[in-house]
Amino acid sequence: MAAVAFYLVSAVAIACAALVIFQPNVVYSALFLIGTLLALAGLFLLLNAQFIAIVHIIVYVGAIMVLFLFVIMLLDLGRDPAGTEQLPYQRGLGIGLGVLFLAELALMVSFGGGLAGAPEGPLPAAFGYTEVLGRMLFTTYLFPFEATSILLFVAAIGAVVLGKRRG
Amino acid sequence: MSYIWLILLLPALGVIINGFFARWVGRRGVSWIGPGVVGLAFLVACRAFFDIWALPADGRLVEEVFYTWIGSGRFTVEMALQIDPLSVVMMLVVTGVGFLIHVYSVGYMHDDPGYTRYFTYLNLFTLSMLVLVSANNFLLMFIGWEAVGLCSYLLIGFWFERDSAANAGMKAFIVNRIGDFGFLVGMMLIFVTFGTLDFTEVFHAAPGALALGGPTATLIALLLFVGAVGKSAQIPLYVWLPDAMEGPTPVSALIHAATMVTAGVYMLARCSALYVLAPFALAVVATVGVATALFAATIGLVQNDIKRVLAYSTVSQLGYMFTACGVGAFGAAIFHLMMHAFFKALLFLGAGSVIHGMGGEQDIQKMGALRRHMPVTHVTFLIASLAIAGIFPFAGFFSKDEILFSAFASGHYGVWAVAVFTAFLTAFYMFRLHFLIFHGTSRVDREMARHIHESPRVMTRPLAVLAVLSAVGGFVGIPIIYGGNKIGAFLAPALAHTEAHAPHAGVGTELGLMAFSLAVAAVGIALAWRWYLARPEVPGRIAQRYRTLYRLLLNKYFVDEIYDDLVVRPARVGSEAVYQRFDLRVIDGAVNGAGALVRSFASAIRVYQTGYVRNYALSILVGVVLVMAYYLWL
Amino acid sequence: MTVGLAHYLFVSAVLFSLGVVGVMVRRNAIIIFMSIELMLNAVNLTFVAFGRFHHTLDGQLFVFFVMVVAAAEAVVGLAIIISVFRLRESVDVDRMNLFKW
Repeated sequence: MAAVAFYLVSAVAIACAALVIFQPNVVYSALFLIGTLLALAGLFLLLNAQFIAIVHIIVYVGAIMVLFLFVIMLLDLGRDPAGTEQLPYQRGLGIGLGVLFLAELALMVSFGGGLAGAPEGPLPAAFGYTEVLGRMLFTTYLFPFEATSILLFVAAIGAVVLGKRRG
Repeated sequence: MSYIWLILLLPALGVIINGFFARWVGRRGVSWIGPGVVGLAFLVACRAFFDIWALPADGRLVEEVFYTWIGSGRFTVEMALQIDPLSVVMMLVVTGVGFLIHVYSVGYMHDDPGYTRYFTYLNLFTLSMLVLVSANNFLLMFIGWEAVGLCSYLLIGFWFERDSAANAGMKAFIVNRIGDFGFLVGMMLIFVTFGTLDFTEVFHAAPGALALGGPTATLIALLLFVGAVGKSAQIPLYVWLPDAMEGPTPVSALIHAATMVTAGVYMLARCSALYVLAPFALAVVATVGVATALFAATIGLVQNDIKRVLAYSTVSQLGYMFTACGVGAFGAAIFHLMMHAFFKALLFLGAGSVIHGMGGEQDIQKMGALRRHMPVTHVTFLIASLAIAGIFPFAGFFSKDEILFSAFASGHYGVWAVAVFTAFLTAFYMFRLHFLIFHGTSRVDREMARHIHESPRVMTRPLAVLAVLSAVGGFVGIPIIYGGNKIGAFLAPALAHTEAHAPHAGVGTELGLMAFSLAVAAVGIALAWRWYLARPEVPGRIAQRYRTLYRLLLNKYFVDEIYDDLVVRPARVGSEAVYQRFDLRVIDGAVNGAGALVRSFASAIRVYQTGYVRNYALSILVGVVLVMAYYLWL
Repeated sequence: MTVGLAHYLFVSAVLFSLGVVGVMVRRNAIIIFMSIELMLNAVNLTFVAFGRFHHTLDGQLFVFFVMVVAAAEAVVGLAIIISVFRLRESVDVDRMNLFKW
């Protein structure tokens, strides 16, 4: 059951991701990216990361992708920019190197590393529960947490400054 | 005597406040702080003097070490002051005369836009000069030596918007470099020979380490003397001092008459322990000194710029001091240095007062009969003239006589004869100056005549104090009459003596010599009176008859022109040749070649810098793939 | 056949490579941006997967922080795109070649 769900959701994620980059319409690309993100949320659920899955949907789909779509609509970017390709070898080289890169990654995964020292047995109870995550966030990760608030603040100011019309 | 650091701290404070916080304290504050810190330093110097005085005669040497400045293997230099009779006398002169000149400057520089800059420099000069005279080792002394040179440069070129002032400053600086080079090499030789630069250690070790009259001793002494020649404006490096008169007149009084130019004399006196080991060097010193004294005095006879006459007179008097050093009478040299500081500062300040009252006029041909307008300046200038001419009982009489007697008693009869003749010339040209300025008929423009005024009290009071010192200062060095030479006895422990200096002339001889030099000076004054007051047409006739000689003197023996032809122009031509051949071709060629190489290489690889973001991303990806491949297969 | 760590890592690798290819081949700045988000999410997946199989929650917290960074980056990046568009009337990255001398 879980395996079926995994394969299904993974297939959706990969297919949507491929469509994001290979079909020309920008609005569709954004919508397919939302599909990928939803599929990823499903994968997170399968990995006992309920809180992250929900936050992922809220932040990415609810905020970031809406922002993307808003910008696309605002600037009226339905189609790809006109004009001929200036870098004739870029497409072939990019895809070729991408495939090579994937092959290398797959080779690394197939070596089966990454599980050394992993505990056996069932997951501890309450794994991925909001309460446990919150406790860690406000104790062990308190400083990075506060730092991210400053980062967001700076980003908001930066966006305002950049988006402001000159003069 | 741990308080002695105050003597450096006070002028340093003045520099900092006047230099950086002048806005805060205002012009009024600067007027108080500039002279005030020097006045307080003078009080510190007085305290040091009395403390030294209280010590037994053979224990009058206190060294205050603040910290080790340089410690590198065997080479150790301490930041330390040395207080002994010699340095205390110099401190008193520097701060005392310096204080009066600072006060005078408040009036003289009153309307100058660079008022605070002026006092900053003047305080800095005082600080540097105090470092110079109180250092306990050659290196620290050299620091002061260079710093006073810097201040001299800054103050000569104080009105740098005038080309002549800026050039005079550079001339002084460059000529001094030649002397400083000698000093520096001499200092290195001392370190190589003794392994230390500390005064006490060097002078203590000198009699054992150096043979009397040996080559090392002679070489060190001559090299140090080169430094002194530069700083104290002796032949052949005197040319900068007359030009230095481009600076403000109080500066001429302080730096180019009373203190800085005497640094060379001080240095010789300080190193007397080395000089007594080098009789040949002493002979050179005496010859150069007396030659300079005569040479400068002859030029002074015919100059018409009030400050230039005084400048040549300074060169001449410095020659006297070196003569004294050369015949082994270092105490007499310091005594004359001190008296000279009084009366020459007074002369310069009096000249400044005249220039101030005349609205900047410096040509004595356009003065005359000023005594009615400037009574105080007139009387004080007269006292100073009498002092420099060597009339009893003014300051110069005793000190000059001491030098003449030392020369005579040590058997340097030729030196003595030239010095006496110079004394005659001195009396003559000083009273020529005096009569042309203050007596006779007025040659002032009618327009100008209405504006002539006596200087304000802030200027005349220092004149009065210096006049008193010039009048009675000599009594500290009365030779026979009252218990012997006080200043000489006070300085004696700090100085070395040549064996030859035991006076083989008696009291009778000394009195006879005194009477003779007094008579010579009187004749000089009388001649000046006769030529410039009684029969003013005579000088013109004489100048007509001996036209060549007159032109030679008026043009200062054409020394500047000779230097220009012999040194400056060849140097310039040589530099030009080097510039054309070596600089432009070899150095510029190398630099441009390197540039061209980089440029051609860059234009070859520039095509890979496409400016396309995706191209750069692609190269990153290539790198990532390669790195991963490396990890996977290696 | 049970689903293990390797499966998740492989899915992640595919998504990451697709993101890389997207950056290489597309000229539209917005699409390139989306590709970057894709790569970030691929990394998120590995974080969560590793955390799950090591029985630790630190991976999930890292995802949390990555999301914050991604949000900040999207905001600033889109602002840049808007201001470039104002200047050039285009979001073609090939026309943003000011890097070239």
